[in-house]
Amino acid sequence: MSIITNINKVFDHRIRLGIMSILMVNEYADFNMLKELLEATDGNLASHTKALEKADYIKVEKQFIGRKPNTRYSTTELGSMAFKKHIEALEKLINKQ
Amino acid sequence: MESKDYLKNINEIKDLMNKSSRFISLSGLSGIMAGIYALIGGAIAYWLVDNSGSDYLILDGRIFTLAMLDLFLIAFLSIITGIYLTTKKAKRNGAKIWDTTSKRLIINFIIPLLAGGFYILIILGQGKYGHTGALMLIFYGLALINASKYSFGNIRYLGYTEIILGLIAALLPGYGFWLWILGFGVAHIIYGTWMHFKYDKN
Repeated sequence: MSIITNINKVFDHRIRLGIMSILMVNEYADFNMLKELLEATDGNLASHTKALEKADYIKVEKQFIGRKPNTRYSTTELGSMAFKKHIEALEKLINKQ
Repeated sequence: MESKDYLKNINEIKDLMNKSSRFISLSGLSGIMAGIYALIGGAIAYWLVDNSGSDYLILDGRIFTLAMLDLFLIAFLSIITGIYLTTKKAKRNGAKIWDTTSKRLIINFIIPLLAGGFYILIILGQGKYGHTGALMLIFYGLALINASKYSFGNIRYLGYTEIILGLIAALLPGYGFWLWILGFGVAHIIYGTWMHFKYDKN
């Protein structure tokens, strides 16, 4: 089995990796929190969250706080497992060299 | 991707995990100041009781009211100093003072503290004041441990110290005052100094 096997294509981007890292240690994060921490633009962040949502790695909840719409993200079981595997693979890759 | 890119990825992941879940701008100096206030306040309380003519506090008495006022003043000054120094540090770091992590920190700190505070007020109302010092130390320790999940700087260890001192105070009710001084005064100063030199000095 090649060591590349567990490197996950879905996470092969700085912003996606960032979104997952934040959601792994927080119960949930909203759009603005992710935006500030990742220093990403609205459109950029939206497209990456969509990709992660499509892969079923994150859960999206839309709600209203007062009159303002608020979007909350959290990891799914599948997502956190995939992320852990990805990190392990990264670690192995680095240790090999 | 090269392996140094992967390494950069891992470092970025670690950094984001920390930044997103922990409040990093707590000031060590504010711990030192809180300890100094506690020592001064303790000295005032000692002087009050020493000059009152009796060895113990009488509830509803003038001395008791003054001692409570003294206590509130210590808490008030400590909180104000803490907010001021932490805001200053956050500004220097370019961090926000009121964000998700600091809100979580405060909420998780304040719940055990308020529970303990009300409990102490209730039993004081029932005339049981032998364990006040012990209870303050224990609940404060629990609040610190609860908050430590959302902050940098291992305040968990200060929490353990306070709880241990609180339990000792419960075993030795006669020494409650001195253990309170040790916990709120000396422990704060030692911990604050450690924090200051580890994180603030750069």
